[in-house]
Amino acid sequence: MTTDVQADQVLDCSGLLCPIPVVKTSKAIKTIEVGQVLHMIATDPGAPPDMEAWVRQTGHEMVAQATEDDKFLFWFRRTK
Amino acid sequence: MTAQSGDPVLTAVEAVTPGAEAVPEQKKLALVASKGGLDEVYPILIMASTAGALGWDARVFCTFYGLDIVNAKRRKHLQVAAVGNAAAPPPFEGVPVKVPTIVGMLPGMQRVSTWFMKRWMKKSNIPDFEELFETCLESDVTFYACATTMGVMNVKQDEIIEGASCLGATAFLDFAAEADVALFV
Repeated sequence: MTTDVQADQVLDCSGLLCPIPVVKTSKAIKTIEVGQVLHMIATDPGAPPDMEAWVRQTGHEMVAQATEDDKFLFWFRRTK
Repeated sequence: MTAQSGDPVLTAVEAVTPGAEAVPEQKKLALVASKGGLDEVYPILIMASTAGALGWDARVFCTFYGLDIVNAKRRKHLQVAAVGNAAAPPPFEGVPVKVPTIVGMLPGMQRVSTWFMKRWMKKSNIPDFEELFETCLESDVTFYACATTMGVMNVKQDEIIEGASCLGATAFLDFAAEADVALFV
């Protein structure tokens, strides 16, 4: 899977279960600048609905989402 | 003259009320933790740490056996009941044999069931109790020790971990009344 989105930081949460991917993503998004993109990789089957909810709750933007084999890929833009 | 909805004075007052749109109000989670088994405190810490990660104001009221979460000594020895848990899975993967209740009643079996639980958690990369608790604190989750429970179980303030203040049901309900989500575990 390729995407046009350029990531400024990559966070691999493969093998981690709830709540760790959300906790790590919340921390990581604060380390990039507003407007930059965080690429997150997860294998937790709960990740797609969880990360969609995370976006709704935090107000950050999900720029793209994809699946690759057993991995769920997300690109989040920091909005504030 | 009576005030009407289109009253220019009222409209003007509403328009200058600060902060209404600028800062979205922080969501609140009120969680009552009434159980102290290792398997029973995990859902509490997972919910609380997730709410914290979302930037919510999450507060946990530790009452009855849930007080062990903030009891400096007892929190280090949380265990999983070896009997009375109908949902306990077979302990060995691939061997569909559950532990018979009568075996669970033998001395030391609670340690064994606790050991199995910790092993499953480790295999699944889930942080242990202390790490998950630290994660909660890092995102400013508040833990309260129930005042009544402290009285009933004769737990003194100096036995409660630092940072967890003592609170009564009234004060917690005062917070819970304004909470967006309220859960009892």
